[in-house]
Amino acid sequence: MWNYIKLAVLGIAVILFGLAANYGRDFAYQVHALIFMAAAAITFIYTLRTTGDVKPAPTGYLDGVVRAGVIATAGWGVVGFLAGTFIAFQLAFPQLNFEFLQGHGNFGRLRPLHTSAVIFAFGGNALIASSFYVVQRTSAARLWGGNLGWFVFWGYNLFIVLAATGYLMGVTQSKEYAEPEWYIDLWLTIVWVAYLLAFMGTIFKRKEKHIYVANWFYLSFIITIAMLHIVNNLAIPISILGSRSVMVMSGVQDAMTQWWYGHNAVGFFLTAGFLGMMYYFVPKQAERPVFSYKLSIIHFWALIFIYIWAGPHHLHYTALPDWASTLGMVFSVILWMPSWGGMINGLMTLSGAWDKLRTDPVIRMMVISVGFYGMSTFEGPMMSIRAVNSLSHYTDWTIGHVHSGALGWNGMITFGALYFLVPRLWNRERLYSLGLVSWHFWLATIGIVLYAASMWVTGIMEGLMWREVDSQGFLVNAFADTVSAKHPMYVVRALGGVLYLTGAIIMCYNLVMTVRRSPVKADEAAAVPAE
Amino acid sequence: MDYHILREFADSWVLLAMFMFFMGVVFWAFRPGSRKEHRDTADIIFRHEDKPAEKEART
Repeated sequence: MWNYIKLAVLGIAVILFGLAANYGRDFAYQVHALIFMAAAAITFIYTLRTTGDVKPAPTGYLDGVVRAGVIATAGWGVVGFLAGTFIAFQLAFPQLNFEFLQGHGNFGRLRPLHTSAVIFAFGGNALIASSFYVVQRTSAARLWGGNLGWFVFWGYNLFIVLAATGYLMGVTQSKEYAEPEWYIDLWLTIVWVAYLLAFMGTIFKRKEKHIYVANWFYLSFIITIAMLHIVNNLAIPISILGSRSVMVMSGVQDAMTQWWYGHNAVGFFLTAGFLGMMYYFVPKQAERPVFSYKLSIIHFWALIFIYIWAGPHHLHYTALPDWASTLGMVFSVILWMPSWGGMINGLMTLSGAWDKLRTDPVIRMMVISVGFYGMSTFEGPMMSIRAVNSLSHYTDWTIGHVHSGALGWNGMITFGALYFLVPRLWNRERLYSLGLVSWHFWLATIGIVLYAASMWVTGIMEGLMWREVDSQGFLVNAFADTVSAKHPMYVVRALGGVLYLTGAIIMCYNLVMTVRRSPVKADEAAAVPAE
Repeated sequence: MDYHILREFADSWVLLAMFMFFMGVVFWAFRPGSRKEHRDTADIIFRHEDKPAEKEART
């Protein structure tokens, strides 16, 4: 019965999207309507062909969607790092903004493609896949909602495809990290509600008495992102058949909403969600429980109570009232405490097992990731102080800071989780090669060091050049002087990106070979000793 | 009711309420007898690695 309803809804959707493609007012909207139509049609055909099949009642954990998520994470990761490395070279060598690609392949169009590919495609898929893996294991229950998990996976990746193709065609509402237009936002809202239901449903039917701390972090990430996404994307479409819309808020209110969103995307997407990963994968890989469960509870509540206020530090010296930006600055500095509490909790989980750092490159990856978390959460509050911000704002220092967090913390913990997950999900005894993991580790680490160091140098240099005045009070440097002075550092930064990308490609090779070549895990029943 | 009433309410009573809630969480985490429970919760990740629990694991 359920399948017939699905078929009816999908059939109507195909027709409606076809009509939208026909009557669409702009080219990008028509392309997106066709993508929606194709997705609905494929789902229709799949549902039609499997209707009436007698399926055995599912048992065990729903791991297929986690496997798909792992593949998507690795694939999107390489795409995002490649795009980032390319635009880094575009900044160093502007000739790479090819004439024949103007309007599609220049820096302005590729930059949001890079940020969304790494944050939402790579990071988002990692969060969805790992949260599904963790919530099932720590609840001792199969994922709730039947195939709802699959809808979340495909729906989310459809969102990624729409967003990415949209950027290349110029579909953007010009909000940083929230570029997709109104109909893509609506689609993501539907997918996100399904994600929340699947995750909460699993927690509700858990067989363990307590909700493990990782699930608290994942849940706060899902709920907060829903709230941020809806409020920051309040817009009225100019036409239901066009891709353009007008934001409901304007001026300083819009700016404040945008950075309330923007900073909490960092706080809850890139921090809380990934802390959920840390609290599961680090103890698992170290084979010992988290250092202090009490500290993890305080870490959680302190983080979510404080992070939500930090956004205004993006708007120092603007039309925003001083008290608001001071509030943001103060809370950013206070945030140092829970951040470091969490870092200590993650690192000290290894106490008594530090020798594993010598033998296990996967745990080394996770530890350096937590180390980068500590470093970037120290740097961030410092940069949010108004006096420091007057030097650092609008310079490359900010970009360096973001990347030490994103490449170091988010990237490395995700790599660690992928190395943890692939042998288990494909039932392999071990990874194909630990030597290649070490290669990945060192390439990525040196890449980040090159990136962060060059951006510190160029950021502080240009900040000082911009404010330099002569004895008459005239500015000493033209803007173009800073641009030419930055060239060597831009080349170093791009090389750092090449190293990081190379490491990720090595990881993909290693993971593929793990699935294809590593010995299958021996049947557990045979190995369990009599008890 | 305008914006300023909301603001005064936010930085007095709501601030106090949130602070009290947070301190409550801290005291709750350190309450006597929580150690055994927390140790058990921290060990959740080492159970049910391969398949779901048949029935209620512990109460």
